[in-house]
Amino acid sequence: MTEKILGLFPVDWRFELTSLPYVRKIIKSRWMPFLPIVLNLSVFTIILMAGFVGGVSAGNYNFGIMFVWIVWWLLLMMVMVPFFSRIWCMICPLPAFGEWLQRLGFMKVRNKLFGLNKKWPKSLKNMWLVNFLFLGTTYTTGFLTTRPIATFILLMSIIIGSIVLMVVFEKRNFCKYIGCPVGGFLGLYSNMAVTEIRAKNPQICKDHKHKDCVIGNEKGHACPWMIMPFDIGRNTYCGMCLECFKTCPYDNMAINLRPPATDLLVDKNRGLDEAWKAFIMLGIAIFFFLIMQGNMGFLKDWANAKTTEGYLTFVVLHSIFNLLLIPGVFFVFVYASHTFGSKEIPLKKLFTNFSYTLVPMGLIAWIAFSFGILFPNSSYVLHVISDPFAWGWDLFGTAHFPWTPFLTGVMPYFQIGTLLFGLVLSLDIGFKISKQTFQKRDEAVRGFIPIAAFLTVVTIFLIWLFTG
Amino acid sequence: MKNSMKFLIMVLVLLAIPIVILAQTEEPKEKVITINAQQFSYTPGTVEVNRGDRVTIRLISTDVHHGLYIDGYEVSTDARPGQDGSLTFVANNTGKFVMRCSVTCGPFHPYMIGYLKVKPDYRLFGSIWLAVGIFISSILLVIRRQKP
Repeated sequence: MTEKILGLFPVDWRFELTSLPYVRKIIKSRWMPFLPIVLNLSVFTIILMAGFVGGVSAGNYNFGIMFVWIVWWLLLMMVMVPFFSRIWCMICPLPAFGEWLQRLGFMKVRNKLFGLNKKWPKSLKNMWLVNFLFLGTTYTTGFLTTRPIATFILLMSIIIGSIVLMVVFEKRNFCKYIGCPVGGFLGLYSNMAVTEIRAKNPQICKDHKHKDCVIGNEKGHACPWMIMPFDIGRNTYCGMCLECFKTCPYDNMAINLRPPATDLLVDKNRGLDEAWKAFIMLGIAIFFFLIMQGNMGFLKDWANAKTTEGYLTFVVLHSIFNLLLIPGVFFVFVYASHTFGSKEIPLKKLFTNFSYTLVPMGLIAWIAFSFGILFPNSSYVLHVISDPFAWGWDLFGTAHFPWTPFLTGVMPYFQIGTLLFGLVLSLDIGFKISKQTFQKRDEAVRGFIPIAAFLTVVTIFLIWLFTG
Repeated sequence: MKNSMKFLIMVLVLLAIPIVILAQTEEPKEKVITINAQQFSYTPGTVEVNRGDRVTIRLISTDVHHGLYIDGYEVSTDARPGQDGSLTFVANNTGKFVMRCSVTCGPFHPYMIGYLKVKPDYRLFGSIWLAVGIFISSILLVIRRQKP
């Protein structure tokens, strides 16, 4: 019998969006994703200029800060990742310069890439590096989200870093393993998405020996993300660049609608690197809440580096909380699962597999957190679009629109509803993972109970933290 | 199944006891609370009142121009050094409400936050009740499906 997500949606249900002729035509055009990247680049040019001219002024009246940390972040967490997987990677303009340099052109196909084309070491083909890179970036959140110049420096570092590293390492190693701070969680959380890119008929790919999607042809590049498009088990490392749609001589690639979180049930390529990514993301949601929406002034002073000691305390506590404390508490519950379920299953396997229950919980926590940014602060956007560089412009007549929080009275209900939905989804995924992991159903039930308790405790903690 | 239902009912009844105790409210009072605003926090960071209290908040700024806006009540005031602000409202809505700075006061201005807690917090108790209910239901569901 086919499993159902939340008892409603069969795991194997799919609707092929690219079966619609005009969608397929757009996807196969070489203008995709070039055109959205260029449009996005124009917005980022304004962001960079605003960041540079904004200097250290208050971030809430700066176009760069508002569009990166309010508009982009909210769209990313609340819309793009849950609904469209890594669509951001498809249209991200930051590595575009490096990629255009590799290809020595904008749209033309050139499979012999410029540069040293070094392979990325096999031992580093995982999320560990980006885990630490992202965690390191969050040490500066007090500056990044409040000082325009800090956002400018971060974005320019990514652009310059991508150009340099993409000349050294082949294809999209920069985005996948090295230099993109958000690439790791986009990959992990895109397992939750209700869309995917997959081969339509795997048998066609199996029978096709030439594998144009892997080596490229005159119509498209070899997969820049260095995956096997004919065998994408999970969304994690598919950057949705659409090259496989162009190269496939059998038109065998598809963008599908599917039930949420189905990739979390793929018992293949699970690893501790992704487990720690899940811990870090959950921990950062909690820490960011305390800094940005909490009432503890001393913590804000620490993150704002009012004193060196305070800042270092923040960095140490933040690191311990994310890297050790959350995994440590989770381990206690996994140990209980091991004890109650079956001791024949290796503890490491249990720990790794059950850590994927934190993916829905983490994404939902970020969505609940994002409501706390959206409702009180989005009116600033009306100001900055009229006067992006704070030069006294009033392009759309909204430059003097006052700060106007909206729906803040009912915001906690949005947050509670979201978190409770996250608990239901996590429990559903948790039991399915338990059945995959334990050999017998009664073991799966017993082993699931401690994990369910952990997920419930985390949900109650988040509800208390956000709204209580 | 019968035992499971009995267990569920027992747990829910037990959970209800603290909620009933905590939901007891005191008589409404007149409360005057002084809040000091300084980049980028309020002192005290949390103000606790009971439902029905008539609350007057006196806002004192010790450095720059600050504001105070209360989510849910949609009332606000502002203060400059030497020029205090004041606002009065009746705390009819229960729960936690965020108090935000409403005047741009520096880089961390959007993060200048305090809390107003109006007891009893039915919303929090109800949410915890629901979360525990979801947990117990999920366990009962998987146990029930296990049986032939």
